[in-house]
Amino acid sequence: MGAAHSASEEVRELVGKTGCHPLLSRDVAASWPHSLTVSSDQIEQLHRRFKQLSGDQPTIRKENFNNVPDLELNPIRSKIVRAFFDNRNLRKGPSGLADEINFEDFLTIMSYFRPIDIAMDEEQVQLCRKEKLRFLFHMYDSDSDGRITLEEYRNVVEELLSGNPHIEKESARSIADGAMMEAASVCVGQMEPDQVYEGITFDDFLKIWQGIDIETKMHVRFLNVETMALCH
Amino acid sequence: MLRAALPLLGLPLAGAGATEEPTQEPGSPAEPPPGLALFRWQWHEVEAPYLVALWILVASLAKIVFHLSRKVTSLVPESCLLILLGLVLGGIVLAVAKKAEYQLEPGTFFLFLLPPIVLDSGYFMPSRLFFDNLGAILTYAVVGTLWNAFTTGAALWGLQQAGLVAPRVQAGLLDFLLFGSLISAVDPVAVLAVFEEVHVNETLFIIVFGESLLNDAVTVVLYKVCNSFVEMGSAKVQATDYLKGVASLFVVSLGGAAVGLVFAFLLALTTRFTKRVRIIEPLLVFLLAYAAYLTAEMASLSAILAVTMCGLGCKKYVEANISHKSRTAVKYTMKTLASCAETVIFMLLGISAVDSSKWAWDSGLVLGTLFFILFFRALGVVLQTWVLNQFRLVPLDKIDQVVMSYGGLRGAVAFALVILLDRTKVPAKDYFVATTIVVVFFTVIVQGLTIKPLVKWLKVKRSEHHKPTLNQELHEHTFDHILAAVEDVVGHHGYHYWRDRWEQFDKKYLSQLLMRRSAYRIRDQIWDVYYRLNIRDAISFVDQGGHVLSSTGLTLPSMPSRNSVAETSVTNLLRESGSGACLDLQVIDTVRSGRDREDAVMHHLLCGGLYKPRRRYKASCSRHFISEDAQERQDKEVFQQNMKRRLESFKSTKHNICFTKSKPRPRKAGRKKKDGVANTEDTNGKSRDLGFQDTAAVILTVESEEEKESDSSETEKEDDEGIIFVARATSEVLQESKVSGSLEVCPSPRIIPPSPTCAEKELPWKSGQGDLAVYVSSETTKIVPVDMQTGWNQSISSLESLASPPCTQAPTMTRLPPHPLAAEEPQAPLDLPSDPHPSFAFPPSLAKAGRSRSESSADIPRQQELQPLMGHEDHTHLSPGTANSHWCIQFNRGGRL
Repeated sequence: MGAAHSASEEVRELVGKTGCHPLLSRDVAASWPHSLTVSSDQIEQLHRRFKQLSGDQPTIRKENFNNVPDLELNPIRSKIVRAFFDNRNLRKGPSGLADEINFEDFLTIMSYFRPIDIAMDEEQVQLCRKEKLRFLFHMYDSDSDGRITLEEYRNVVEELLSGNPHIEKESARSIADGAMMEAASVCVGQMEPDQVYEGITFDDFLKIWQGIDIETKMHVRFLNVETMALCH
Repeated sequence: MLRAALPLLGLPLAGAGATEEPTQEPGSPAEPPPGLALFRWQWHEVEAPYLVALWILVASLAKIVFHLSRKVTSLVPESCLLILLGLVLGGIVLAVAKKAEYQLEPGTFFLFLLPPIVLDSGYFMPSRLFFDNLGAILTYAVVGTLWNAFTTGAALWGLQQAGLVAPRVQAGLLDFLLFGSLISAVDPVAVLAVFEEVHVNETLFIIVFGESLLNDAVTVVLYKVCNSFVEMGSAKVQATDYLKGVASLFVVSLGGAAVGLVFAFLLALTTRFTKRVRIIEPLLVFLLAYAAYLTAEMASLSAILAVTMCGLGCKKYVEANISHKSRTAVKYTMKTLASCAETVIFMLLGISAVDSSKWAWDSGLVLGTLFFILFFRALGVVLQTWVLNQFRLVPLDKIDQVVMSYGGLRGAVAFALVILLDRTKVPAKDYFVATTIVVVFFTVIVQGLTIKPLVKWLKVKRSEHHKPTLNQELHEHTFDHILAAVEDVVGHHGYHYWRDRWEQFDKKYLSQLLMRRSAYRIRDQIWDVYYRLNIRDAISFVDQGGHVLSSTGLTLPSMPSRNSVAETSVTNLLRESGSGACLDLQVIDTVRSGRDREDAVMHHLLCGGLYKPRRRYKASCSRHFISEDAQERQDKEVFQQNMKRRLESFKSTKHNICFTKSKPRPRKAGRKKKDGVANTEDTNGKSRDLGFQDTAAVILTVESEEEKESDSSETEKEDDEGIIFVARATSEVLQESKVSGSLEVCPSPRIIPPSPTCAEKELPWKSGQGDLAVYVSSETTKIVPVDMQTGWNQSISSLESLASPPCTQAPTMTRLPPHPLAAEEPQAPLDLPSDPHPSFAFPPSLAKAGRSRSESSADIPRQQELQPLMGHEDHTHLSPGTANSHWCIQFNRGGRL
């Protein structure tokens, strides 16, 4: 409980330093104008968890995620953990992985999972949606070249299906191939005969998602509910 | 039609034993003579079932009539029309028989009419959506219904106290609460009937609909509790009774759900062992679901809840266990039964309303009830939504709330319950009946009529109907995993966490226990979608007469990862993996460019013969179709054919025409003949004929694919939409085939474009289609379902036996070994622009000969595939009938377009 206490103190400190909600960093704030509605309670909550994960260190390293027992069964666990350290997601650079992330980075990642605020106007919703999709895109695009190539796609699909030992790699591959072709047909439409579809770019990715509600799909409730639970 | 049916009904209704059935009139002797009766009229023996059948028939005919006019049905919900029809019929019956007959009997309603509807809705409930919104649904179903019942009842009592209800309505607070409890529940039948036509967005739909299903438990409990209180008399009711009432709410609802789940478990388990008796699979589904209903009813638990849970719970496993055909059977039988029941319910509702002896009118009560149910429904929805929105990720906005309040339709359940009241205990029963009828009619007709315009006017988010795409499915799975992971990381055990847990549990234990091993193996949602899409794609492929070639597939080869694709070629899969392999046609396609050298001219040679065996297949197919036990095999065959056809076409699309094969060829006479044919075919006209021959054959197969279509029950609606059908004047064929002839020759294998154009030009049917543009079908995924694998193997082995002694010599491609080429393919596209040498044309015959030879040597398994085709090849069949088939095609195209 001491840890929790110090955590909230730390938060307060940070709040004092940078204004109302400092832990959501400038970049986050810049692109997520409405993300600042995170209450300090939530931040405290997250901070507590962060400390727990990191073993009271200021930063989390990849190994720390091994301590989360529930994660083990997740078929795409490595991809997800990687996403936490992806510089693109952390808004720190066009590529590469960070070795460790501090709490602010942690919050940056968490902010991808914020629900869409009712108060947001259309443009912000779009922005928000784009950010969420970008996170997903980055997860697929492991070499940061702005393109999900077939190889990368297959990789993901194989991992996705790895939970089922009876599905062979070939199946996963052909599923990925099928998805890729589908993507190509969605994105490029009628291709010129000699045209080559090299991979899904982010724009294509958005196109694939067109018309699909992701509002319900990439949110984690904790960012909402716990406010309720912890609100005085 | 309807008019004609009326007297038919009227006569038996008149109650005369000797009523003549118009259908039997001819040939019936006028008077039964004494002694040995030549003809006996036994109406009474068949009366009951006969009447039931007649009612259903009338209802169905009425449905047909309604749907003759699209205008009417687009404006007026079917339920309204049926109720009105019921009123008319009831009036006629009343006029003829002088007494009202054939009413909605509560017994019939609860035991026979309701279960099919509930089962249908439970079984086809989108479970993911349902559970995603379970919180909201439960809130509305439990809290909302309680709220409605108590407020309506209390308000009506207040109304009476205020003197606005005539004093002849003798009812106390308890009576009004009883009435409130039965009138407050939103009715699943009515909601379904109306909302299915409105197409609001799925969240809204599932909330309203889910509520109407789940509130049954609350309604039943409230009704029973109030009813027993009324019967006991309010004086004797003690505090413990109230507690018992509350407790029974839990018993009834949880008990009902438990019964449903137990039966779902049994059902899933049973279907696991029906492999040899496929024919009873659909029956089992209905029997056990009905048993669940009856069991729950017997234990006075919530029967609706039981069936809903049974359907919801068993679907996943049952669908995995039972065969395609059974799935179709289940689906259609369920839909038919539900639609029958629904139709009959609404019609009987109309008829019942005519019977004025049963009801007594009181304007104050009627108007008051109408007002209160609308008002309290709206108020309840607003209040609950406000609370729910504090928790919901996607809040329900005002418009949603309006639709939800307005969509609170009351229906036959309320009516049946009110009929069940005991007049001696509830003196105001007649008034309640009248009020209920008015409320039901008002909600179904007025609200039913206006909800569509309202939804339009409010611009409620409609459901977007888009086809499932593989990408979407994949991404959603990824999302699920991400969310579960994030919840894990954050240490918050929320919805995603538990869903994830459940899925693990399901995968580890439940599925293993309840699914057939073979089904369990390939059980995966992504796989399912893939499978479905493939089937749909295959169908559309056949529908298009084999013209579909997703260009995108063909461009894939350019991707760096080509080599890995090469390893998954058909032949490899067939030979090596042997089990559960998925044959991805696209993969095959792309592979072939590398390893199999095929060309279009060869195809021209073959095409005449290619489809001969297929036609025979056709015949045997339909035979199998008829015989029950061969279902599986038929599935396979159809698939196989499909696959083969695609394979052929893809093969022929291979642009790598460039091989110089110096092959020792152990060719047989058939092959030679082919060559001969090819030579004669040099003229474009001839090859065109072949093309038509091809297409004709394809058309033949369409019917069987139709069957296939019904197999893949999920896809049928959208099938047509996905088809891009392009037809061109046949005159172009000539030029095209010319072009193709020239294009075929490529100087160097390396520069062979893996692009579809070449291929399309080469293909007779492609050119027949006359469209050089690449087709991009919206469903591009192809797969050979795993269970087809055996079919494949069978066919291959059978082909083998047909084949000539396998040529065992290693392929000696002088120019280039296939595998290296495959590996190098990635570079090929880059050279694309530079490659075309349209001007340089081999003499087609030469090219053909060379190709056919190379073909023979290229790959043994492939050869085997081709062999049978060649074996049946008979070029004399080429020209006869081509003209006909040509016309047939044209016609067909016209139709499709």
